[in-house]
Amino acid sequence: MITHRVHRDLARAISGVENGIVELPAALAALAAQGHRATRKRGAILGITGPPGAGKSTLVDRLIEGFRAEGESVAVIAVDPSSPFTQGAVLGDRVRMQRHAGDPEVYIRSMASRNAGGGLAPATRDAVRLAEAAGFDVIIVETVGVGQVELEIVAVADLIVVVTVPALGDGVQAIKAGLTEIADIFVVNMADRPGGNRTAIDLKHMVRESHREIPVLQTIAQDGTGVSELLTAIVAKRGDEDSNAVRAVRFEVVRRVRDRAVAQALAALQSPDAAAVLERLRGHEITRNDAIDAVLTILGGPVHAH
Amino acid sequence: MQTSEKTLADELREWEHGTLQPFTARRPESREVFRTLSGTALERLYTPGHVTGVDYVRDTGFPGQFPYTRGPYPTMYRAQPWTMRQIAGFGTADDTNARFRYLISQGQTGISTDFDMPTLMGYDSDDPRSEGEVGREGVAIDTVDDMLDLYAGIDLEQISVSMTINPSAWILLAMYLVTAEERGFDWKKLSGTIQNDIIKEYVSQKEWVYPPRPAMRIVRDTITFSAQHLPRYNPVNVSGYHTREAGSTAIQEVAFTLAAGIAYVEEVVKAGIDVDDFAPRLSFFFVSQIDFLEEVAKFRAARRVWARVMKERFGAQKPESMRLRFHCQTAGASCTAREPLNNIARTAIEALAAVCGGAQSLHTNGYDEALSIPSEAAMKIALRTQQIIAEEVGVRGTIDPLAGSYAIERLTADIEQGCFDYFAEIDKRGGVVKCLEDNYFQLELADAAYDFHRRKDRGELHFVGVTKYRDDSPNPAVELHHVDEAAAQRQLARLAKTKANRDDAAVRRALDEIVRVAKTDENLMPATLAAVKARASGGEIINALRPVFGTYVETPVF
Amino acid sequence: MPIKVLVAKPGLDGHDRGAKVLARSLRDAGMEVVYTGLHQTPEMIVNAAIQEDVDVVGVSILSGAHMTVFPKIMELLKEREVDDIVVLGGGVIQEDDIPKLKAIGVREVFNAEASTQELIDGIERIVREYGRDRARREAAASR
Repeated sequence: MITHRVHRDLARAISGVENGIVELPAALAALAAQGHRATRKRGAILGITGPPGAGKSTLVDRLIEGFRAEGESVAVIAVDPSSPFTQGAVLGDRVRMQRHAGDPEVYIRSMASRNAGGGLAPATRDAVRLAEAAGFDVIIVETVGVGQVELEIVAVADLIVVVTVPALGDGVQAIKAGLTEIADIFVVNMADRPGGNRTAIDLKHMVRESHREIPVLQTIAQDGTGVSELLTAIVAKRGDEDSNAVRAVRFEVVRRVRDRAVAQALAALQSPDAAAVLERLRGHEITRNDAIDAVLTILGGPVHAH
Repeated sequence: MQTSEKTLADELREWEHGTLQPFTARRPESREVFRTLSGTALERLYTPGHVTGVDYVRDTGFPGQFPYTRGPYPTMYRAQPWTMRQIAGFGTADDTNARFRYLISQGQTGISTDFDMPTLMGYDSDDPRSEGEVGREGVAIDTVDDMLDLYAGIDLEQISVSMTINPSAWILLAMYLVTAEERGFDWKKLSGTIQNDIIKEYVSQKEWVYPPRPAMRIVRDTITFSAQHLPRYNPVNVSGYHTREAGSTAIQEVAFTLAAGIAYVEEVVKAGIDVDDFAPRLSFFFVSQIDFLEEVAKFRAARRVWARVMKERFGAQKPESMRLRFHCQTAGASCTAREPLNNIARTAIEALAAVCGGAQSLHTNGYDEALSIPSEAAMKIALRTQQIIAEEVGVRGTIDPLAGSYAIERLTADIEQGCFDYFAEIDKRGGVVKCLEDNYFQLELADAAYDFHRRKDRGELHFVGVTKYRDDSPNPAVELHHVDEAAAQRQLARLAKTKANRDDAAVRRALDEIVRVAKTDENLMPATLAAVKARASGGEIINALRPVFGTYVETPVF
Repeated sequence: MPIKVLVAKPGLDGHDRGAKVLARSLRDAGMEVVYTGLHQTPEMIVNAAIQEDVDVVGVSILSGAHMTVFPKIMELLKEREVDDIVVLGGGVIQEDDIPKLKAIGVREVFNAEASTQELIDGIERIVREYGRDRARREAAASR
């Protein structure tokens, strides 16, 4: 049973890790000390991602309704991009979910991406862990699928729903390559708009080429059409935590190695040897490509990656 | 006037080099570019060369004749002045009725009704959502018994009555018609309007219950019902006031309003009604803002655009179908809380623009507009302002007096062009309702509002007494309308009494019938009239239809 | 660390131009702004403030019902044992009512004609002086 106390404690814990005031382990310990316990059902972390304007928040609102009808408590972490110029953000997703505003078993938290290198902010991953620890049955992470975000959500979520709309740019083009690697369910929302069926068919073709079992569903989140089918599909996939876990580990390992390599590269660029190379570039003594090769040699390892 | 272009261009150049430049070398202009309130750059000087594309007969024309640029009627104010229609509404029906009578005694010639937020949003006074708001920003009307008292002692066949009501407009229209019937007035003689412009609610005024599509059906039903039964009534007052107050430009105000008009016409025509059978009774509502030239041009452009749209897009045949008539209100957003008496000057200038622009009906704001709903004293001065313009200023005697001004004709043509550019864009994006669902209007508006705000921050536009010529003396106190906190209790008692005296079974049956009709394509008005007559409340009717039509949730854009 | 602000529109009134322009301005000043949307009850506003763990709640109210709305908000915050979220008011609020609002804990009331810079400076100052995580903010500011 989620009480108002839980909201407060969870909210403060998320702020603490988001602002770097506490580290995740300490925040988790604090929640435990405050008497909160996880009631984690297997496979209860849902990632909802897709391009802006796809109606994700409306869909999440419907999903909340569905989970609540089954007696499950829901925490939503809704992430929106920070302005790259000012670092500020306007976060308006909760407006679409405010039907649930009075329900203590529903917790909604808006987070700005804080420009985590184009990917998912560590704070978001931590927020999910904290929501789990606070005792929510289902945790939904809603993100805008731009940059690396929709890929990084793999490390966070057990089950990923990718939402698109008909005729958004080029329908399926809006869904970037690589998403068939991570999507568990595709949803064409606003399916009553022209091109709804076409978009679903195109997605099914794409799915067939990936050799994975990915249902392609059509919804009209506005009035709830197709939502119960979506919930059924989610429940069906929910037990499949093993392949999810393996995929998550694979992805997380790649991500951490990549982060490590980026850090090394940045450090190498600060070295005196690299500085010398850059001087020569500035003096028009070498070309850009020469400069790149030279710096990579300093780093060691192959100059040309394949 | 015979001025050959080539010669004029030469003359202009000579003036610029020979007279202007030496002068500005000694005394430079204070700004390189002066802009209208909407941000449009003004020319230093408008000459015949700026209006070569404007053909007098084709574009400016004659009043009372296509394209109506100069006015919808051939005689305009020479016959009678515009209707002086000050809005009123607060407390219970009796309170507002008293204000109506006061205004009429002071020379007002039309009635305009402002409802409280619960009534506007479809909540009864006893709904938990209504707490703290009953009778505060307008009059509380729950049932037809309230409306009987609201218009008590008023001859509805002699004076036109406007009701500023939107999502529940069809219900209040039903109450009005039942009121008329029970008082012995002939429906065919009733004149007036319900605002009933639901499209702009999603864009700017933000009063809604149901989503756009079912809401449009309701508007359509009122238009078709009115076309059949109410020959002197305007079932819609398509509005730009609120969109402009929300921060839009003048072009957007006209373009988005007329686009909504287009959508309503399409909706009714789709139902099989001939355009000439209802279009003559569509009316409009614009703001009059403080930028005098832009506003006068705007009103003229609106008439010309609408006339062309009705003729070319809808093939209207009747002149009355192409003739735009509008109510006007001076701009609330131009009024300041600081040094409120300055607002009298602002309002006067805005009222003059409305008159020079050919408004049919006008509400002038009180000096207390930025502080509260209007006091009696503020309304008196506001009314006198209109009367001064009508009696003393001399603009009644000649029609469309600013026609032919190079500046005015150029601005008129540019606003017209801006409208057609928007129409093309809206069509390209799939029409008005689609644009609404995609937040297109809302996004344009958000950007315009933000841009206005930034111009203000940068000192490119000013509010005298606030951002310029500000002194630090305490703000002069003005006596404000006193909100009667006991009104809510009185209203709850009224509602309880009506409910106690009615036949609940009959009400239930009537509500069931409304629900049945709502699920078909039949007209909602007859069933609504029956329910209202049985003393069903507005909230009961609205709530009965929520499961059928759904409720609207906005996606805010910034 | 960015200041987090909840911009709230209580009651049935739909005039949101000020609230939206404010939200955008605060974003441009580097703040994170959660917008509640229209038609909020005091309950909804307080729930949002707690869940979002904002530094400041900015209540934009033009209807004249501020003497009903603010007391309810302050009461609910007290009930939930929240004493470190700053509540600010703005819109159409009569000058005579401002001392009454301050007496119940509304930190500041901005009149509708305040400039953007005044609002931003005001919020920053208030958060520095009265907001939580004060020590950390001060430390960050002095760096």
